[in-house]
Amino acid sequence: MADLSVNFCGLRSPNPFWLASGPPTNTGGQVMRAFDAGWGGAVWKTIGEPIQNTSSRYASIDLNGVRMIGLNNIELISDRPIAVNLREIAEVKKRYPKHLVIASLMVESKRETWHDIVRRAEDAGSDALELNFGCPHGMSERGMGAAVGQVPEYTEMITSWAKEVAKTPVISKLTPNVTDITHIALAAERGGADAVSLINTINSLMGVDLETFAPRPNVAGKSSHGGYCGPAVKPIALHLVSSVAKKVKIPIVGIGGIGNWIDVAEHIALGATSVQVCTAAMHYGFRIVEDMADGLGAYMDDHGYRTIEDFRGRAVPNVLDWGDLDLNYKIIAKIDTDLCIGCQLCYVACEDGAHQCIECAHAQNGNGKHNPNGMEVHVPKIIEDECVGCNLCALVCPVHGCITMAEIDTGLPPMSWKQKTSASRAS
Amino acid sequence: MLRETAPKLPPEQYEKNFAEISPRMTPRQAAVEAARCLFCFDAPCTVACPTHIDVPSFIKKITTDNLRGSARVILEANIMGHSCGRVCPTEVLCEGACVMHEKEEKPIEIGRLQRYAVDHVLENNIELFHAGAPNGKRVALVGSGPASLACAAELAKLGYRATIFDSNELPGGLDTLGIAAYKLRAKDSLREVEMVRGLGVEFRQKTTVGRDITFGQLEKQFDAIFIGVGLGETWDLNLPGEDLTGVVGAMEFIEPTKVLSLPDISIGRRVACIGAGNTAIDVVTAAKRLGAEIVHLIYRRGEQDMPAFRYEYDLAKLDGVVFHWHTQPVRILGDAGRVAAVECVRTQFEPASGASRGKLINIPGTEFTLDVDMVVRAIGQKPVTEFLRAVPGIALRENGTVIVNERRQTGNAKFFAGGDCVNGGKEVVDAVAEGMAAAHGIDAWLGAPRQ
Repeated sequence: MADLSVNFCGLRSPNPFWLASGPPTNTGGQVMRAFDAGWGGAVWKTIGEPIQNTSSRYASIDLNGVRMIGLNNIELISDRPIAVNLREIAEVKKRYPKHLVIASLMVESKRETWHDIVRRAEDAGSDALELNFGCPHGMSERGMGAAVGQVPEYTEMITSWAKEVAKTPVISKLTPNVTDITHIALAAERGGADAVSLINTINSLMGVDLETFAPRPNVAGKSSHGGYCGPAVKPIALHLVSSVAKKVKIPIVGIGGIGNWIDVAEHIALGATSVQVCTAAMHYGFRIVEDMADGLGAYMDDHGYRTIEDFRGRAVPNVLDWGDLDLNYKIIAKIDTDLCIGCQLCYVACEDGAHQCIECAHAQNGNGKHNPNGMEVHVPKIIEDECVGCNLCALVCPVHGCITMAEIDTGLPPMSWKQKTSASRAS
Repeated sequence: MLRETAPKLPPEQYEKNFAEISPRMTPRQAAVEAARCLFCFDAPCTVACPTHIDVPSFIKKITTDNLRGSARVILEANIMGHSCGRVCPTEVLCEGACVMHEKEEKPIEIGRLQRYAVDHVLENNIELFHAGAPNGKRVALVGSGPASLACAAELAKLGYRATIFDSNELPGGLDTLGIAAYKLRAKDSLREVEMVRGLGVEFRQKTTVGRDITFGQLEKQFDAIFIGVGLGETWDLNLPGEDLTGVVGAMEFIEPTKVLSLPDISIGRRVACIGAGNTAIDVVTAAKRLGAEIVHLIYRRGEQDMPAFRYEYDLAKLDGVVFHWHTQPVRILGDAGRVAAVECVRTQFEPASGASRGKLINIPGTEFTLDVDMVVRAIGQKPVTEFLRAVPGIALRENGTVIVNERRQTGNAKFFAGGDCVNGGKEVVDAVAEGMAAAHGIDAWLGAPRQ
């Protein structure tokens, strides 16, 4: 059986599944229920001087009846007194000594204030500290959150303040709302951070009520930009996690769009040591961790990975600059006539949206395929000589496995753009 | 008076029995169903529809709650989209062609979605179409069924002054008077008629062409005439006892269920229906729902030969109808002038041999009787041959249907025709397609006059 435990900056976590700082970790009661459900760690809802929240706070987008493929929030840090949060952390640690409780912190950008909150959190029993440099809304207007994380110098400075007094590992949490997140990650590393966690939420505005022109989430007819998260942001998170993995030496905590073990494994393959989850727990509750553990364990068993370290970062070397990709690699689309249902979405996608390499099937050139009611099924045809192997047809095809991309032997050795241009310069 | 009538049902039971069989979708149901549509290109559902409604387009509009736009797409292709959404045999048309069958999923409920969109505009009195600028030309339409309504509406949009002549009191033809009420209520059909009237089409009901106005007069007063008279009386059984009280034709049987208060309709305690087409199914289900205790469907061929669609057959089975396959009625027995029983004989198919193509024969000694109080003839309708022959120059096929060219023009250039009187009896949607095609045929023949 695979061992799911991880060693994070010298701390042992029963598994890599942590709840991210957010509504699910607002209280000790929630965190304890989460641990009972199987979560290995929890990053407490950010502690700082209590704030007052708006009503409402969340908005989402749905797709074809699937709810909440993307969620946004304008909720701020904890609205409960610091003392209450710290007391509950102490209680949780007492009852769950083997689970990781990480205090997320956000205070005014003053050295003494940071020293004070770091000491208090550690005194309460936090296993580690996460510095919230990421919240894109509300707190940033007060010079905190993303206002820090968007400036490498501030990130480095406040990380170093925390490190001046911290006895436990310090994680700097990064905002994606920057031009190049690796600069911020390196600044945190310079500041002494033991790890970085990313991504925090992405700046967003969820929509507008076209009757009242109130943006969403609606607060008395108005709104404000908020942090975007949920399944829709995973690709952005994966890109940023892999970029940071290529630049820093410290551990990375992957966050963004994680809802199942596959998402977890992808974050790990791109360099994350552990992961944090929020939206999926807000959508379905803590119970989702059961299949994360079960599924990830089965995957590792199937592939002979004994520990997370056995496959962590395995995909990072495969993320290259475009200029290093092999231009002589060639694939073309194949349509499985038996599986094709005749919707012709591949045809119209290729014709209008790509490279005009599929022939439309009309009644005149029907291929004799009929549905159970005896009606004709029009199977389109790939013009193989024209196909550029872009994948679009396979992506739009609603039938799993109907359109596959088959490799064609070009007989040419691998050749990247960089090689090609340097070769032509040499000649 | 029938020999024995079924006891009356509790009043609310009639409402229940004749409630619309396929209830309106809720907005949520429609949203979920519409979202399932793959938005096929060159979609097979559109190809399969005789009026070629752009199905993916109207469904896509439902997903964005653009119901007005959705209804416009439907009604532009098929002005009778309201009734077609209810009565079309979608399982052999659009839904039968849906790619979801190949995906091993349930086909999209195109008919119900269509109805959802069109109901929205009709109920909210949203006017989608306007009469075209008058072009000074006049067209008479004989009959007020779907073919004429579609033709008239299309002509009105092109600027023609269209006048419908119909001998019935209520307009709408079989939509109003001849299709099972639980599929299409008369009031829904009439609402659709109002939409056509809203385009400026004039209706002259209770006006029988040939009696109240002659074809000659029509020819003089109008630039073109469209004949959409459908079919006539139900064929006779030619059996002894057919003149007994309680022997009725299918149309005669169904019409009261559409226009009268249901509890006022007398139904036999036991009913036999001869024939196994879709009309026969309308008859037997209506008989059951009116309270008949036993309803027999008698058909001389086998189950696999029945012309009714599978879905219709299932309806009758669910209603508890008793089917007598390979059974031929030989005479109707009476009691004091009223139907008392029908005597039948079993049949079998004698396969082809030599010159014979095979035929159905009665099996001697298999005679039996069914005690019934009513016999309904549902073996098809006769063409109105004599009526049509009154049009000079019109050519008819051997079966009495009108011969038309690709413009839907008859042997008399001024006369066009469409619907059941041309196709011998098909679906509402076919009548609509032919009526619309005739409108364009008339327009082309008259040189497409525009103001």
